[in-house]
Amino acid sequence: MGMSSTEANFLDAASERFATEVGAEGEVTIAGSGTRSGAVDGVRLVHAPVGIEWVQPAEMTIKCGAGTPVEEVDAALREHGQRVVIPSGGTIGGALAVGQSGIDRLGYGPIRDALLQTHYVSAAGEVVKAGGPTVKNVSGFDLCRLLVGSRGTLGFFSDVILRTRPRAQAEQWFMSERDPWELIAELYRPISVLWDGATVWVHLEGHADDIAAEASTTGMVETDGPSTLPQQARWSMSPSELESLRVATPGSFVAEIGVGIVHHTRPAPNREQDAAVVEMNRRIRHEFDPAGRLNPGLAD
Amino acid sequence: MSAKVSAPVSTFQSESQSNSSGTELVDRLRVRLRPDQVRDSATEVNLYRHDASNMSGHASVVCFAESRDDVQAVVQVANEFNVPFVARGSGTGLSGGAVPPDGAIVISLSKMNRILSVDPVNRIAWVEPGVLNLDLSTQIAHLGVHFAPDPSSQQTCSIGGNVANNSGGPHCLADGVTSAHIHAIEVVLPDGTITMLGGEDPEPDGLDLRGAFIGSEGMFGVATKIAVKLMANPFEVATLLLDFSTVADGAYLVSDIIADGIVPAAVEMMDQLCLQVVEEYVHAGLPVEQAAALLIEVVGLPAGVEADVARILELAQARNVGGIRVAADEAERALLWKGRKSAFGAISRVKPNYYLHDTVVPRHRLPGVLDEIYEIADRYELFIINVFHAGDGNLHPLLVFDAREPGVMDRVRSAGDEIVRASVAAGGVLSGEHGIGLEKRDLMPLMFSDVDLAAQADLRRAFDPALLANPDKVLPSPATCGDIHSAPEGAWV
Ligand SMILES: Cc1cc2nc3c(=O)[nH]c(=O)nc-3n(C[C@H](O)[C@H](O)[C@H](O)COP(=O)(O)OP(=O)(O)OC[C@H]3O[C@@H](n4cnc5c(N)ncnc54)[C@H](O)[C@@H]3O)c2cc1C
Repeated sequence: MGMSSTEANFLDAASERFATEVGAEGEVTIAGSGTRSGAVDGVRLVHAPVGIEWVQPAEMTIKCGAGTPVEEVDAALREHGQRVVIPSGGTIGGALAVGQSGIDRLGYGPIRDALLQTHYVSAAGEVVKAGGPTVKNVSGFDLCRLLVGSRGTLGFFSDVILRTRPRAQAEQWFMSERDPWELIAELYRPISVLWDGATVWVHLEGHADDIAAEASTTGMVETDGPSTLPQQARWSMSPSELESLRVATPGSFVAEIGVGIVHHTRPAPNREQDAAVVEMNRRIRHEFDPAGRLNPGLAD
Repeated sequence: MSAKVSAPVSTFQSESQSNSSGTELVDRLRVRLRPDQVRDSATEVNLYRHDASNMSGHASVVCFAESRDDVQAVVQVANEFNVPFVARGSGTGLSGGAVPPDGAIVISLSKMNRILSVDPVNRIAWVEPGVLNLDLSTQIAHLGVHFAPDPSSQQTCSIGGNVANNSGGPHCLADGVTSAHIHAIEVVLPDGTITMLGGEDPEPDGLDLRGAFIGSEGMFGVATKIAVKLMANPFEVATLLLDFSTVADGAYLVSDIIADGIVPAAVEMMDQLCLQVVEEYVHAGLPVEQAAALLIEVVGLPAGVEADVARILELAQARNVGGIRVAADEAERALLWKGRKSAFGAISRVKPNYYLHDTVVPRHRLPGVLDEIYEIADRYELFIINVFHAGDGNLHPLLVFDAREPGVMDRVRSAGDEIVRASVAAGGVLSGEHGIGLEKRDLMPLMFSDVDLAAQADLRRAFDPALLANPDKVLPSPATCGDIHSAPEGAWV
């Protein structure tokens, strides 16, 4: 484990072995490196294949085992001036299974758009392919989107082909005391706009001259980065609803303006889910894992 | 579309046979909707036999929905009578997605065409599914925002159709295809239940049902309201036309640019025959003597755009670029894009009919696969025009022919089949944006195993256990699975 093989196509064989390990019966759970809440306690534990099979800079794609640490993928891509839009920490498979995007979602889009193709192991213990290797593909139903964020309850990612993005030539964080909605309206495609009720932190990428010009016209000052994000709770709100935080205690939260994620010190309010949506989740899970053997208990 | 092939009526069997008399069904629909919304005269039903592909089917009745409740009423009646239904936007689909299964109810969404709300600050608009793609961007242009997916058919295709097909367009290279631009979809599920998939908030609880619905080609229900993401209009735009004496030089440059860390807003390729027919049509001063041209657009802030353009020109020199034309103003930019987007109209001057393919290959395989495509067309003695989204390797080989020529259809079909196979063999995929529909349904086994297809069928069954929503599309039936020669008539396999 942890060692990356560089043999061509090694992931095909690794996926077959992984499928055998998952098997077709009994409850089973998967762990990456456990940074994102990890495996289900007391259930037989498996690990996804590890290692990078190839990087294709001119395709802007990379193929790796789902158990590969995000940091390893990041380092391999850095050599080519590229990156993946997956938050750091843990494994690629873990990040995809949890499906939470990083604070650069405003500029780079959600994590779900990073996955182009996967071989996953189904509840029947079979290797199943979803998606395709090219950056554009509409062949068949979009199982990739469905699997991202499904917390391993529909299948365990074995290997993945990810879309990469070029790293910007220059980047800089800024601070401002201005109104965040005023700022976001004046900025051209910022990467992040964070706000804690008093201060706004803005991340810009691109050409150094453009970054400097934007900062000076909007009156922002350079900073090392945003304040630490509250870890207690993660709220998901409509971006327009974030205005309701104007009355919240400054500093008790950091909101992602234009996105709607709020990193909060207080627990998220309960949300009503539409009965038809609940039922559709149930039906899909039933089709994919009738016995509920994959990551039992994580479905809700 | 001026060129359309009159193809034989498809003979595929619908999985759920109608067991009721047509008039009873129509009477019932006329009770649930206003009578004038329900049309069953032969003339009117015939208008809905096709989409923009060459395939056709036969509906029993066409309903013009004006609201979500209308859609629900029709879907409920379809369930009562156990009759399949098919949602229809503008009918510009190229894979037969909106071709009615035999005896189906067509639900036309074209009258549900209101823009419901626009929030330019938080960059969200709610629209009805029948809103035409370009209409949305035109109507919100003064707010400094637009809807990024821009299929070449954008003047006529509907946003509901874009969602159902997960459509792309020239400017999807940097910004992503439709799926990346949809927050939420109100749908009438195939059993008549109304619900909302996704939401304005970024991380709704549970599975990404929104993502599953996008690209489901009308088989997971009918979209009745859509929350789309809006993008800031570009600050600065540079539009370049570069020409080359070989197709390969242009194709290699595409990979060079991407590998260098530049993702232009658009990179489109036109080959010589395309340049020639388009030039005759639009008189844009296109380089008709050259083997190929790339239309490249770079957008962003001034310094970034300038640096990217300079670097692209440097890379182009290394690939023996011939002429370099930089659009001097908005008028010239519009003219160059008109050249690209009127290719299909211009082609009718060469021959009356065309067949447009859609596959994707890894960018670095473009030169080789293009060679193969020319060779295939040569062998079948067909005119071929290549005009495509080169930036993401999305090929659109266009076979141009005269359907009255005896035997030509067989040649077109065989050539198309070889082109699709060559693309998949090069590590590519069956479709980049037009969808599978009927057209490529029986080619799905080229990409997916029985096990892979079964997983897709599982998802479909969860959405539509009764298999009434646009049945017979996308997934090969178990009987034809693996036997790619038993395709519906009219399908190009
Ligand atoms: C000249 C030309 C150029 C084109 N260029 C491009 C291009 O650049 N990129 C590209 O991606 N496509 C292109 N297309 C294909 C086509 O325009 C797109 O697929 C478009 O999105 C289809 O929209 P429509 O409204 O015409 O859908 P239709 O053809 O009416 O329907 C397409 C599918 O969507 C389903 N559907 C429609 N509305 C709904 C709804 N509300 N709910 C659920 N399902 C629905 C139908 O059942 C069907 O399966 C082109 C077509 C032509 C003719």
